[in-house]
Amino acid sequence: MAPTVQPVGDTAVLLGFGDAIDPAVFDGILALEAAIIADPPPGLVETVPAYVTLLIVFDPLVTDGETIAAAALARTGTARPTTGALHWIAMCSDAHLAPDLADVADRVAMPAADVLAAHFATEYRVYMYGFAPGYAYMDGVVPALQLPRKPVPVRSRPTGSVMIAGGQCLITTLPMPTGWWVIGATTTQVLRPDGFLFQPGDRVRFTPQPRADFDARI
Amino acid sequence: MTSAVLLVEQAGPLTTIQDAGRFGHLRHGVSWSGPVEPLGFAAARTAIASRGAAIELSHGGIALRCVEGAVTFALAGGDFTATIDGAPLGGWTTGVLTAGARLVVRDGAAGNWATLALGGVPNCPAWLGSSATLALAGLGGGRLVVGDRLTVDADPIGDAVARPFAPPPAETGPIRVVLGPQLDAFAPETVAALTGADFTAAPAFDRMGMVLTGPPLVPLALTMLSSPTIRGAIQVNGAGTATILLADHQTTGGYPRIATVISADLPRAAQLRPGQPLRFVAISAAEAVAIARAAALRRTEWLKRVATADTLLDRLLAANLIDGVVDAREE
Repeated sequence: MAPTVQPVGDTAVLLGFGDAIDPAVFDGILALEAAIIADPPPGLVETVPAYVTLLIVFDPLVTDGETIAAAALARTGTARPTTGALHWIAMCSDAHLAPDLADVADRVAMPAADVLAAHFATEYRVYMYGFAPGYAYMDGVVPALQLPRKPVPVRSRPTGSVMIAGGQCLITTLPMPTGWWVIGATTTQVLRPDGFLFQPGDRVRFTPQPRADFDARI
Repeated sequence: MTSAVLLVEQAGPLTTIQDAGRFGHLRHGVSWSGPVEPLGFAAARTAIASRGAAIELSHGGIALRCVEGAVTFALAGGDFTATIDGAPLGGWTTGVLTAGARLVVRDGAAGNWATLALGGVPNCPAWLGSSATLALAGLGGGRLVVGDRLTVDADPIGDAVARPFAPPPAETGPIRVVLGPQLDAFAPETVAALTGADFTAAPAFDRMGMVLTGPPLVPLALTMLSSPTIRGAIQVNGAGTATILLADHQTTGGYPRIATVISADLPRAAQLRPGQPLRFVAISAAEAVAIARAAALRRTEWLKRVATADTLLDRLLAANLIDGVVDAREE
């Protein structure tokens, strides 16, 4: 199916590739983005991939939306799928670092140890960044653990909180109130002085971390 | 190069260091930041040929005392007012701040945002190669607060004097938008309300966005997957409240965007004070690009008039040098 092309003001176009999360569709978006970056059409400013969309930002003094969208989509033929890098993230779930773990366990009717076991068995995938710098939205929470967000955000959670909501998991990079369920914490920084740990498309596995090890790395 | 030290004696909450912006990291959740209102920013920097980051101000204004050295400055944007040791300077002006003198900027009669540029390079933190402050995260040059000392590698003062310069020609009429990209999320009558009804700038605004009051533009459903956003987008929440996204906007979002304010009209929209009315008119994407090109030409002509004779000469020389390189490559 041909992607949809929607103008976004005079500086961008949004390519749409359907309305449901699909790893194959996302692979296609990342491959197209890589091909665009490798052979940038005139006037390209930057690209932003998300679940089913790719934003192409352009300089209106050089090109226009129709022209750059056509040039971008012409790269579809040269696009090669990429396998994202795999990151192992150590996560500690001691009680004070996992304030919502017991509540999650109650709500999904599972012992907390099983909640964690399911989490550690999951390979997540980074679909996009958003909300704030370094907030990488990872898809893949197993259906048995999927809970809606809390109706009201809870007071500020610290940087490095690992939290889930619906099918999504993320590691916070700023202390912020959130309605997501915090099930652990990591000392690994996604947001770094020189850039970002993950690229969209990367895969992420969590591994249990003893408290002493966590404390030693703070 | 001499050094000037400026002591922040008062600063509103929206007082930040800004350069032109941090580009290339939207895909990592980092909006461009930089000035909310780029026309005042460009004028202030051009007027004194500033090479460094500038200070962005809002209604809280700023009071700076020069405690060491001397530095030229330029203020532009909105209709703010400046005084040095109580003597009024106007709102679009260059000036000189010498040791002991106190510069006070107040929000004057119009606009939400102004830029105070400095003649030289302020020493401030950078992140990912830019001093633009992403206020939400506190990344980049940062917020200025009372007690901060800003050290500037100051350009020589020479015979600089206070000199007013011209704001851009006033523009009126509705704010022009391109409809979409999530037009499907709205009923036709809701889209008609966007372009037919009167809106008002709400009291709530910051570097992330400005909220509008007006008829609720309630989406048909909130089922879309999060997708990328951009500056100027008019995002609508579940209650139908519209927000125009500004310099520090979230880079992706799950609320639909009913339309996008064109880049040429976004500075004017951002300067509307709470309570001021606005209307929207929809144009095509092709018209929007044509307007962007015409606006860029007008802006260049205006900025040439803003430049002093000295700085203009510098700029022309620089342009000739650049032209020379291009010519050499083409030959």
